Amino acid sequence: MSILINKDTRILVQGLTGKTGTFHTEQALAYHDTKMVGGIHPNKGGTIWTAGAGDAAGTQLPIFASVAEGKEKTGADASVVYVPPAGAATAIIEAIDAEIPLIICITEGIPVIDMVKVKAKLRQSGSRLVGPNCPGIMTPDECKIGIMPGSIFKKGNVGILSRSGTLTYEAVFQTTNTGLGQTTAVGIGGDPVKGTEFIDVLEMFLGDSETRSIIMIGEIGGSAEEDAAQFIKDEAARGRSKPMAAFIAGRTAPAGRTMGHAGAVISGGKGGAQDKIEALESAGVKVSPSPAKLGETLLGILTK
Amino acid sequence: MNIHEYQAKALLKKAGASVSKGKPVLSLDDMDDAISALPGPVYVVKSQIHAGGRGKGKFLELPQDAQGGVRLAFSPDEARDHIREMFGNTLVTKQTGPQGKQVNRLYLEDGADIDRELYLSVLVNRDTSLVSFVASTEGGMDIEAVAEETPEKIHTIGIDPFTGCTAINCEKLCNAFELSGIARDDGMNLFPILYDTFVAKDMSLLEINPLVVLKDGHLRVLDAKVSFDNNAEFRHPELAELRDLSEEDEKEIEASKHDLAYIALDGSIGCMVNGAGLAMATMDIIKLYGEEPANFLDVGGGATAEKVTAAFKIITADPQVKGILVNIFGGIMRCDVIAEGVLTAVQEVGLKVPLVVRLEGTKVAEGKAIIDSSDLDVIAADDLDDAAQKIVKAVRG
Repeated sequence: MSILINKDTRILVQGLTGKTGTFHTEQALAYHDTKMVGGIHPNKGGTIWTAGAGDAAGTQLPIFASVAEGKEKTGADASVVYVPPAGAATAIIEAIDAEIPLIICITEGIPVIDMVKVKAKLRQSGSRLVGPNCPGIMTPDECKIGIMPGSIFKKGNVGILSRSGTLTYEAVFQTTNTGLGQTTAVGIGGDPVKGTEFIDVLEMFLGDSETRSIIMIGEIGGSAEEDAAQFIKDEAARGRSKPMAAFIAGRTAPAGRTMGHAGAVISGGKGGAQDKIEALESAGVKVSPSPAKLGETLLGILTK
Repeated sequence: MNIHEYQAKALLKKAGASVSKGKPVLSLDDMDDAISALPGPVYVVKSQIHAGGRGKGKFLELPQDAQGGVRLAFSPDEARDHIREMFGNTLVTKQTGPQGKQVNRLYLEDGADIDRELYLSVLVNRDTSLVSFVASTEGGMDIEAVAEETPEKIHTIGIDPFTGCTAINCEKLCNAFELSGIARDDGMNLFPILYDTFVAKDMSLLEINPLVVLKDGHLRVLDAKVSFDNNAEFRHPELAELRDLSEEDEKEIEASKHDLAYIALDGSIGCMVNGAGLAMATMDIIKLYGEEPANFLDVGGGATAEKVTAAFKIITADPQVKGILVNIFGGIMRCDVIAEGVLTAVQEVGLKVPLVVRLEGTKVAEGKAIIDSSDLDVIAADDLDDAAQKIVKAVRG
């Protein structure tokens, strides 16, 4: 099993006709025939999009004027959003209104006030949002949603969750090199207000029979890692636990500065790396001091 | 983006909030006009820098017993003396670091007859994903210390984005502040104004410390600190003129022109990385092996060769840099594009310090081939760990 997505997931693309949407949809189609089923553009409904490059060049997808229409005609159960920041929140809300069960927003740079509104909408809906400002979700050999490079993945049994895109790749690459492979990798994104938090994904990985161990990559800012640590403790007390390694980026980050990700900032003396590391260690998670030793650290726990 | 107190107050005043009468002094030529524009007899002279703790701050150039960065004056002449003494000097506060900040702008304000000082801020609460008010009766103090020592004195009130700041929210705030009479009426009027302005202007922080109850019973905004959400810059062209470039690091200004996320630090190893998390992790691993990073630099996911060249120039222009580590894990970013960018940059600006390059991911073979076939003195690294060890060894000679 995997979590969130698999070979049967049917995906609409919001922002397909743009450069980013086009490139990554071509890549997704070429990745084990990920089921991309259509694109959305309010003014281009009824037209056809054609993959111009990559192994799936020539593949055609229908463009719909709205998410609701796209869902009705294709049976889509997921949507990926590549719409630029100014329109991204509106695009997510359109997908929520169309009752798309899983929405993944890749867009970086959405104003936080817009995300506050999106989050309020989400609370009243049955949809799950992953992101924004995230690399997407990958289930190796089955389904690729977002911008992660497919070539570094290997089907296996490690669940990976991360606030950072490129650090997700590090974790994936290292678990591929150690031979463990991945069940699913989920990038939850680097924004302060986002759809899915660590504990949501941890809950899914704990419940997934194929996921035997977990790597979590956090960073400075907020308290999602501390929340995750508490969740891990509570679940372990109920008898649910899996071997887990982690890395927290930003030990050397100065306070008060936003480190690239809108959510990566130590403010008011809170959100520093050391607190997060201590919280996770106290929950039994092995925190690697080096981002280059995630795979090794996990292997160390598993072979102990 | 941060703005000065006087700019923040002008924004709030325009929105209908009660602020003291005041005039900015941007050069000594403005001084007399500013003084004559205010009724007196009590004036407040306030240093305008992007850092807190101004009142308790010290000027580097003045004797230790000289007054701080916020001063009271009881006559026009005294106000003039303060302005002349403060203007152009360097104020050191607990937030500026030991080098301090030059005071190039002052704000002259009408004195206020204060009964009580309160603390109010509006921010996006990450735990609830709501715009929230933080309210405390302990105004004029370090709010972090209040939160630490007497957390029961801090009240957080989240606002539903669909309703905005309602009368019920306002009642709760008034109760938290223990307001009654005129002050309560003022509060019922003020809080929705603050919320609406926060949302309309895409602020990330609006902090009023203190908000005061005057002796006449009215509420007044006595200090204001405002930061804006950089992600919303595109829909606020009107705010661009409020940016004070003299408050920012020159290298950071140059980086922002090229849309690079760059933060200057104090160490010796310059870093160029793709992705914010990996860029932070690269800093961390340099430290792990015993050296300090000179900067944080995320070239982003869709960087072009031009952007990489610009990034490289900013790093090499820093005289503290004794070595450079390029760390790329290509997802969207292609390694061959990075390699081309590094080569172009080195050809343009030269290479006087050791350079370690670690490439992985999309088009890694092509990227490595470009570096290998050049006559550049580049130290190739296999992975992040190897790269960090090699650059630390190189800068130590």
